[in-house]
Amino acid sequence: MASLTLLVNDQKRTVDVAPETPLLWVLRDTLGLTGTKFGCGMSLCGACTVLLDGDAVRSCQTPVKDAVGHRITTIEGLAAGGSPLQAAWVEEEVPQCGYCQSGQIMSAAALLTRTPDPTDAQIDAAMDGVLCRCGTYQRIRRAIHRAARAKGGAR
Amino acid sequence: MSAGALGRRDFLKLSAGAGLWLAVSGPGRVLAAGQVAAAEGFRPSAWLHLAPDGTTTIFLGRSEMGQGTYTGMAVLVAEELEADWTKVKVVQGDADPKYGEMVTGGSRSVRSEFIPLRKAGAAAREVLLKAGARRLGVPVRACRAEGGAVVHAASGRRLGYGELAADAATLPVPANPRLKDPRRFKLIGKRVPRLDTPPKVRGEAVFGLDVRVSGMLHATVARPPVRGGKVKGFDAAAAANVPGVRKVVEVPSGIAVIADSTWAAIQGREALKATFEPGPNGALDGAAIARLLAEAKVDPVPSRSEGGDVEQALAGAAQRVQAVYELPLLAHATMEPMNCTAHVALGKAELWAPTQAPLWARAEVAKALGLAEAAVTVHVTFLGGGFGRRALPDFAVEAAHVSRAAGAPVQVTWTREDDLRHDFYRPPGRNELRAGLDAKGRLVAWHHVVRNPSIGQQLFGEARRRGDRPDTVEGAADVPYTARAVRVEHALPEIGVPLGWWRSVYSSQNAFAEEVFVDELARAAGQDPLAFRLANLPRDSRLRGVLRLAADRAGWGKAPPAGHALGLACHASFGSYVAQVAEVSVRNGRITVHRVVCAVDCGTALNPDSVEAQVEGSVVYGLSAALRGEITVKGGAVEQGNFDAYEPLRMSEMPRVEVHLVPSNAEPGGMGEPALPPIAPAVANAVFAATGERLRRLPLRPAGRAG
Repeated sequence: MASLTLLVNDQKRTVDVAPETPLLWVLRDTLGLTGTKFGCGMSLCGACTVLLDGDAVRSCQTPVKDAVGHRITTIEGLAAGGSPLQAAWVEEEVPQCGYCQSGQIMSAAALLTRTPDPTDAQIDAAMDGVLCRCGTYQRIRRAIHRAARAKGGAR
Repeated sequence: MSAGALGRRDFLKLSAGAGLWLAVSGPGRVLAAGQVAAAEGFRPSAWLHLAPDGTTTIFLGRSEMGQGTYTGMAVLVAEELEADWTKVKVVQGDADPKYGEMVTGGSRSVRSEFIPLRKAGAAAREVLLKAGARRLGVPVRACRAEGGAVVHAASGRRLGYGELAADAATLPVPANPRLKDPRRFKLIGKRVPRLDTPPKVRGEAVFGLDVRVSGMLHATVARPPVRGGKVKGFDAAAAANVPGVRKVVEVPSGIAVIADSTWAAIQGREALKATFEPGPNGALDGAAIARLLAEAKVDPVPSRSEGGDVEQALAGAAQRVQAVYELPLLAHATMEPMNCTAHVALGKAELWAPTQAPLWARAEVAKALGLAEAAVTVHVTFLGGGFGRRALPDFAVEAAHVSRAAGAPVQVTWTREDDLRHDFYRPPGRNELRAGLDAKGRLVAWHHVVRNPSIGQQLFGEARRRGDRPDTVEGAADVPYTARAVRVEHALPEIGVPLGWWRSVYSSQNAFAEEVFVDELARAAGQDPLAFRLANLPRDSRLRGVLRLAADRAGWGKAPPAGHALGLACHASFGSYVAQVAEVSVRNGRITVHRVVCAVDCGTALNPDSVEAQVEGSVVYGLSAALRGEITVKGGAVEQGNFDAYEPLRMSEMPRVEVHLVPSNAEPGGMGEPALPPIAPAVANAVFAATGERLRRLPLRPAGRAG
C-alpha cells in the first residue's frame, strides 16, 4: 500500500492503495466515483474511459501510480462543467441502457479536443474502441456532430 | 419529471401521507388504494400517487434496461390524466406481488399496460374533475382537465391537481373511466424525451455495480467451468495472502473470495488454487452438440399440421427444395457484467439487483436461504443491458449465499470472463426445411423440422404436454406463408449447456431458417424474392405492408451502387411486423453491411423515437450475432472469455439504419425484440445476391475469408 495524491476533476484526493491497482477501481471503490464503468478489464470495450491530461485512457489498464501528477477527468467532472457533449447526447436521445455511455462521452470529449469538427471516418476511428450492445452508434455519431457544431457556434 | 429507485420505506412514507392513491390491475380495473386488500381477485400491476404538491408518482414493476419503459409507462398515465409532465415521477418498485408479475421480457410492457395505465390516469382525471367542479361550484361538464389542473372553461378559473388531491381521495373511483379519443393524444405517439437520459449522460444512474451499502465488502466467485461440475478442492492460502482479501469460502456455486475492494477480490481469485470435477458434461464439444441436435428424435405430435399430407403434396409438386440451417450458441454479453449486492443478516435478506424478474429472484433467494419470501427485499437498479439474461435469478441467489458466508453486505462482481462463461446461452439450433412449388412457382407444401433444445424444459422441467407447442417452435409454427399442406415438427435434444432467453428468443433462429429458405424458393421459382413473398402471403397479412414499404424505401428492383447487393427478409413476432432490406458488399470473404432499411408495423407507436431506437439496437445486436457471434464449447466449458473472442459490432461497422413506420391506430405491438429476427436472413440473402453463395449457417462466413 502507498499513499498517493491524485488530481481528480480538479480536486486533490489522497488514497492509500497498492500502486499497481488499476485507476478504475480506485475511482469506483476508493473514491466512490461510480460513473466510470467496468466492462472487460482488458481495454477491449472502453466502458472505463477517463481523461488523463485530456487524452482518453482505459482506466482498467492504467495503474494508479501512472496517473499521479496528471489531471484525471471522469464523467462526473465533465458533467460539472455542463459539457456541450452531454447536452448533445440528451438532444439526440443517445442512451438506451446507458452503461457504456460514460466511456462513449469521455472518448468523444478527447476526440473533440483534438479534432473540433470531425468527419464520420474520424469519429469511427476515435470511437471504435468503445463498445455498445444497445446499438446507439448511429446516434453517437449524430451527437458528436451536434456537439461540434455547438462548440463552433460558441467560439 | 425524473426517474429513480425508491425503496419500500419511501413507499410507506408516501402512502401514509395525504394525496390521491390509486391501484390498477392487469385487466385495467382501477381501485382506490385503500380498497385493494378487500377486493377479491384484484391483482394490481401499478400504483399511482398524486401528492398535495401536484407531483404524480407512478410506481412500476417494470425494469428499465434501455428499452425506455419508464418513460413509456409514465406517458400512458400522464396522457389520460392530463398531467403536468414536468411533475411526473417514475419509481421502480421493489420486488413485491403488489406490482403483479414483475417480469420485464417478451416485449410485453407496452402491450400489457396500454389500457390499464391509461385507465389509471383516466380514473384519476375523473375524480379530480369532480372534486374541482364541486370546489368551483360548477357542473363537471363545464370544466376540463388540462396541464395538471381543473379549468372552468367559462371563467378560466383553475385549480391545480395538488390542491384537489385530498378531496379527490374521498370520492368513489369510477369503475370504467372513459379513455381519450386517440386523435386528442398529446404525448402518445410523440417523441417525448426519456426520463432516464439526463442521469445516464451525467454518470449518475445507479446500475447494479454502482450500489454502495455501508460496510459493504466485494467478492468474486471461482465457479466450476462445466455445467453440473463441482468444486473438487482448493487451497485458499495464496488467495488469502493477497492484501485486502478477508475470507475465502465455499458457497454452493463455487469458491467466494471476499475482500475490501473489487480489485483485491479479482487478484485474490487469480491467486486461488482450485480444482473442479467436470461432472457428466465434461466431454461436451461442438461435434457432440451437433450430433445431439441431428440425432434427437422427432416428437410424434407435430407443432402444426394442416391442409392434408405434406408428403403427398411434396410428391405432387412440380419442384421440391430442401435445405438445412444451423445456428450456434450465443452469449448475451450485456455491457454491465452480472452482479448483485446482498445483505443477509438477522433472518432477513436485502438485495440490490439489476434484474428483469425481481419476484423470481426473491423466491429463489428465499428458498436458498430457508427464509420466508416476506423476509427478502429485492431493490431493482438500472440494468446495464438485459436482453433476457437478467431474467435468471442465479446471480442474486449467489450473492445472498456469499453475504451470509461473509456476515456482511457484499457486492459480487462477475468479470467479463465470468459473464461470458457462465451465461444461460441462446440454444444451438438445426432447422431442416422442405418445400414444394407448383408449376407456376406457387408454394404448395411446407415442412419444417426444428431441432432445438427447450429452454423451458431445461429450466423448469416443463416437458411439452401433449398437443401443446414447445417453446422451440416460436416463430416457426406460425409460418406466415400459405401452402396447401403445412407440417412443423420439433425434436427436443437435451444438451449440457445452460440455456436462456436471448433477445427475440427462438424467433431469432427460426426466422433465419425460414427467411433464407423462402429466398431459396423464390430463386428456384425464378421469381423476385419480394414478388414471391407477396404472392404467397395471405391477402390480409400485415407483413405485406412492411415488405412493400421497406422495398420501396430501399430502392428494391433498382440497381444498387456498384459492388453492392440487396437482401430482403420479414418476420412477425411479439405482436409486431418487420421487414428489412440489407445492402451489403463482400470482399475477400468479408461482409460489409452498408445500410439497413427497416419497415415496422407495431400498431400504435407509443413513442416513435423509442421504436426507432429499439430497431437500431435490434439490428446491431442481430448483426453482431450474424457476422461474428459464436460461443463454442470444449471439454464442457465455454471457450470465449472476453470481447477479443466474442466481439460485438463496433462503431466503424455500424450500417446506416433507416426506420419507417406504418401509420396505424391498431393495438400496440412489442418493440424490444421484433426487429431482430429479420436482420440475419436479410444479410445472408444479400450475400447470395452479391456472390451467388448460399450461406445456411450462422455466423455468416463467405468463402475466401482469410483465416
